[in-house]
Amino acid sequence: MLSLKRAKRAGDGDVPVAAGEAPAWGDADDGPVLSLSGIGRTYESGDVEVNALADVHLEVQRGEYVSIVGPSGSGKSTLLNILGLLDRPTSGSYLFEGREVATLDEAARTAVRGRRIGFVFQSFHLLSHRSVVENVSLSMLYTDVPARERAERARAALASVGLEHRADFTPTRLSGGERQRVAIARAIVAEPAVMLADEPTGNLDSRTSESILELFASLREQGLTLVMITHDSSVAARADRSVSIRDGRLTVEEAR
Amino acid sequence: MKPTRLSARDLLSEAVAGLASRPARTLLTVLGTVLGIAALVATVGIAQTAGNRIVGSFSELEATSVVVSNSGGFWSNGAGTPFPEDAEDRLTRLNGVVAAGTLGPVDVGTALASTVVLDDPTGQNEFQVDVYATSPGVYEAVKGTLRTGRWFDAGHEQRADNVVVLGQGVADRLNVHRVDQQPVVFLGDQPFVVMGILSDVSRQPQLLNAVMMPEATARDLYAYTSGDTVQIDVEIGAAELIAEQAPIALGPNDPSVFRVMKPPSPDSLRNQVQNDVNSLFLILGAVSLLVGAIGIANVTLVSVLERVGEIGLRRAVGARRRHIAGQFLLESTAMGVVGGIIGATLGILVIVGLAAARQWTPVLSPLIPLGAPLLGGLTGLVAGVYPALRAASLEPVDALRSGT
Ligand SMILES: Nc1ncnc2c1ncn2[C@@H]1O[C@H](COP(=O)(O)OP(=O)(O)O)[C@@H](O)[C@H]1O
Ligand SMILES: [Mg+2]
Repeated sequence: MLSLKRAKRAGDGDVPVAAGEAPAWGDADDGPVLSLSGIGRTYESGDVEVNALADVHLEVQRGEYVSIVGPSGSGKSTLLNILGLLDRPTSGSYLFEGREVATLDEAARTAVRGRRIGFVFQSFHLLSHRSVVENVSLSMLYTDVPARERAERARAALASVGLEHRADFTPTRLSGGERQRVAIARAIVAEPAVMLADEPTGNLDSRTSESILELFASLREQGLTLVMITHDSSVAARADRSVSIRDGRLTVEEAR
Repeated sequence: MKPTRLSARDLLSEAVAGLASRPARTLLTVLGTVLGIAALVATVGIAQTAGNRIVGSFSELEATSVVVSNSGGFWSNGAGTPFPEDAEDRLTRLNGVVAAGTLGPVDVGTALASTVVLDDPTGQNEFQVDVYATSPGVYEAVKGTLRTGRWFDAGHEQRADNVVVLGQGVADRLNVHRVDQQPVVFLGDQPFVVMGILSDVSRQPQLLNAVMMPEATARDLYAYTSGDTVQIDVEIGAAELIAEQAPIALGPNDPSVFRVMKPPSPDSLRNQVQNDVNSLFLILGAVSLLVGAIGIANVTLVSVLERVGEIGLRRAVGARRRHIAGQFLLESTAMGVVGGIIGATLGILVIVGLAAARQWTPVLSPLIPLGAPLLGGLTGLVAGVYPALRAASLEPVDALRSGT
């Protein structure tokens, strides 16, 4: 049903990657994609210190679909921002594909972020004045992909989320569910090591949410590593593994 | 890992797409720059056109006239230093002088001019007239035209003959129209033979309403000492030189007693006009350009604030601070360039329109239309610096959180 460029192996979620064959997502290396140990994040607002995250340990393996669930204000977005290298932890170590990234400078963090991480936001973050295909191409603008290849790959990614017929629309003419699919196409088109999604269904009704979650499941089947944040435990339950967060601490790690 | 990059082409197409997606706003934003550049271009063009016009209209007649006066100027009291009797000879020897002659009013007391040829009891037949003593060269020096008869020559001067030439106005009043019968006019009871009637002059127009006689005659009859004016007709381009040499030729001992009136040099005239026009309108243009720059800065800053979410997203997909800064800087520069092009076009239309209305030849240095987009771009670049730095300094987390 879904066909992603370089991800043609049907239902290969449990099939080990054949030697010499290019992997669909990320490197062939078998270590965890993400590895947090002792991560803390303290905000200083005035004289008050807020410990948004404290002593967080988390490992996400290649091809895993992990959800992080917790109530509002529990530190989910803070954690996702650190995972996405959008923000720096104030303490602890963060290995991304085996490399320490907590101490990298801004340019190096931007390189990891742009080349290896795909983002899906609750509010979509599409450029309303640019066409759908341009929005998807944006993911490859800063990563040395030639302009013609960008458009081709963007259309292929749109096809894989079922929106090839909307390629030349502007996002303003799309429904919420369609917009989020565009955002997902944008997140996967550059073949990142991991896709991070912050409340991806937060702005959608339940039927549309369901279709987005089905899309996530099928991407996971194709080998994409996925970390999803949500406050909704029924949404969280769709992942392989769900991690609870409360007051900045990961409390329970439950296997499904 | 290799740092992310943005090729110049992609940067340009992102900036253009950013502007093209809000065409109305872009045009409104560049309006200030358009007006500023248009004002500057029109100013320079009008000054150049007018300057050209002045040089063109600055007539040969004016350019070839040098007048020396001995009245001594404002600070002197009493009569000036007399011109030497051979002034005309001394001047015509100078290289560049075409003709020269001295002239000056003659005091004839209460004597009135009249004719005895026609005694018309109903009409007035005695008139008060101006009387001038003129040397033979005056005729050529003032570029005179005789309706009839002839001008004095050196012989009349030597013999101090009682002859006169009438200006057109006097001849009409005295009813003298022909000279072939050697009509006589009287000044008081002194008779003079009329030799000619002067119908036109290009210089010293007071002669057209006067009775003119040889200087020697005036000396003999009226205790005339010297003229007060020397009129010199010079070759084109010689005015500056003759203006310097004439007083020396007339009074080698103390040339400074003579005042010289020479035509303004075309260059200084043009520069003066350009400076007058320029300094006023250039200030106006610069002010509108400044307003234009503030306009661009303002709108670019608003645009940065509106596009915080876009900035966050671009940072998330790999844009570095410099890529963000570059994009906004290029957008504002491009607006400046567009403003420069439109403004230069408007400015040129103004010049051409004005020139057409006055039937002048429009003149504009080609550097102006070429430089205008550059100046506009520079304006936009400067205007974009602060907004671009603001955009680049945003933290990706903050940008993504607050934007949509
Ligand atoms: N920039 C900030 N400055 C100060 N406090 C912050 C900031 N961002 C988040 N916080 C605080 O950190 C805690 C976690 O926030 P957040 O990660 O956004 O929670 P969630 O996404 O789970 O709702 C909250 O108490 C919030 O008030
Ligand atoms: Mg949140």
